[in-house]
Amino acid sequence: MAELRSMRKAYGEALAELGAANPDVVVLDADVSASTQTWMFREKYPDRFFNVGVAEANMVDVAVGLALAGKIPFANTFAFLVALRAAEQVRTCVAYARTNVKLAAGYAGLSDALDGPTHHAICDLAVVRSLPNMTVVVAADAVEVKKAVPAVAEYDGPVYLRVSRAEVPVIFDERHEVHIGQGVTLREGGDVTLVGTGIMVGRCLEAAERLKREGIEARVIEIHTLKPIDEELIVQAARETGAIVTAEEHSVIGGLGGAVAEVLGSRCPVPVWRVGIADTFAETGPYEALLERYGLGVTDIVAGARRAIAAKK
Amino acid sequence: MGFHSEDLVRDLTDRARNLRIRVIEMIYGARSGHPGGSLSAADIVAALYFHHLRLDPTRPDWPERDRFILSKGHAAPLLYAALCERGFFDSERLATLRRLDSKLQGHPDRLKTEGVEMTAGALGHGLAVGVGLALAARLDGAAYRTYVLLGDGEIQAGIIWEAAMMAAKYGLDNLTAILDYNDVQLDGPVHEIMPLEPVKAKWESFGWHTIEIDGHNMRRILEALDEATHVHARPTVIIAHTVKGKGVSFMENKSTWHGRAPGEEEYKIAVAELREGVNG
Repeated sequence: MAELRSMRKAYGEALAELGAANPDVVVLDADVSASTQTWMFREKYPDRFFNVGVAEANMVDVAVGLALAGKIPFANTFAFLVALRAAEQVRTCVAYARTNVKLAAGYAGLSDALDGPTHHAICDLAVVRSLPNMTVVVAADAVEVKKAVPAVAEYDGPVYLRVSRAEVPVIFDERHEVHIGQGVTLREGGDVTLVGTGIMVGRCLEAAERLKREGIEARVIEIHTLKPIDEELIVQAARETGAIVTAEEHSVIGGLGGAVAEVLGSRCPVPVWRVGIADTFAETGPYEALLERYGLGVTDIVAGARRAIAAKK
Repeated sequence: MGFHSEDLVRDLTDRARNLRIRVIEMIYGARSGHPGGSLSAADIVAALYFHHLRLDPTRPDWPERDRFILSKGHAAPLLYAALCERGFFDSERLATLRRLDSKLQGHPDRLKTEGVEMTAGALGHGLAVGVGLALAARLDGAAYRTYVLLGDGEIQAGIIWEAAMMAAKYGLDNLTAILDYNDVQLDGPVHEIMPLEPVKAKWESFGWHTIEIDGHNMRRILEALDEATHVHARPTVIIAHTVKGKGVSFMENKSTWHGRAPGEEEYKIAVAELREGVNG
């Protein structure tokens, strides 16, 4: 088993490092800096840190104003709040007005497990992905979070950066680079392709190991940028393996599975099995138990692969 | 306080009247738009664009310029008329309002129109965006000021008060909000739809310096804008009592003229009244 490392801690450290490297970076938080770990930035750069209190819509629009004046604002709170409570601010003032605001969406998916469905974020990707001008990035492990933060800051335009609360197995080494818009092939294989995002990438790698024992060679692709998605890599995988499984810590509606199906439906129709949360709210419970209960286990990916392969013509 | 000559006041009053005529022409030409709230704010916008704001039409991105955000973005025709008259673009463009391919969108779009600081019109955004600009100016040690024009119906939105709280927390004395208090919103009188009173006390209790004026008295507008620049460590709101549809008799105080265009006869009467200044 790979080493477990906290995604949110890695995010907080990366943001503080970015603050040293780039004086234009400013950070906003909506009374959850102890959770999102933006306190690390605040301690080093108090003048560039703004706590807006429990006022997420205001936070996003204030970030917009800062961006208009040339700052690079990272607006932080839980994913469900920035994507849903502040959705109209994000649509009008960030996406439509194309302001250089970075929406840092913490506690993504089911990772705030014990706080329950009020705090889970399982439909945020569907919302932000549908916004024109929006770039959507989902980090897979602590290393990738650290690489993604400066890449997002350098990228010109609105970005939604989704980060888990959880401690997640490390899958990348320090040489890993995040190029926004480019998928990453983590394992070669010709029978089926497992396309994962976020914490499900590590699970896809585990599933590929298990499938190998059954004599199935699974390719594994990481999509950290849901939008603009790496169409060519996905189409190539569909052509070469003929079956696709997507895996995401999100509803099966509108997230990675939706994005991949949209690409392949018009460019290379093959069976696509979507591993994700069925069209339902989850419940309170331990994180690992929730992931198993709501269809995000390694066994779910393995079963999906078998189904996708069986559906090949 | 600066001294404002009779000539200046008269010139700005004429400017406001010209803006109102432009507004009616544009909305009539587009067969669509919001005359009432454009007419009510015309004196305020004239004072800002033809006297108070530091702007350079040849350099819309001049870093030291004052920032004006039309938060009540449905008054877009008024903003477009002011930008045009101030020299940001040619007057031919005004006739393209709300047409396909036009740079003059139904509500302001910062990416399409020179001089438009912020996309707006979905109500409630401008004050929070203004807080961000004012914070950035402070971080940069920049002298520019930020002005936000709010509708009265608009301040029924909770985010306005989120932003108001924040502006006070950070003592943003480089931020001035102006409330176009015409007491009419889309569905009827503001005091019936959702009363704002005591509105002055509300802003004061949120930590703002308040100035209450007749929003059609040019001298008082100029004095209020000056006063706001001298307030220390607090944001200022100018509560400007105005008349919706100001200057056109049949539009005044009528919610039906919040968002409809005049027909041909109405257009002729409106322009004639504005030219004669019978109501101004």
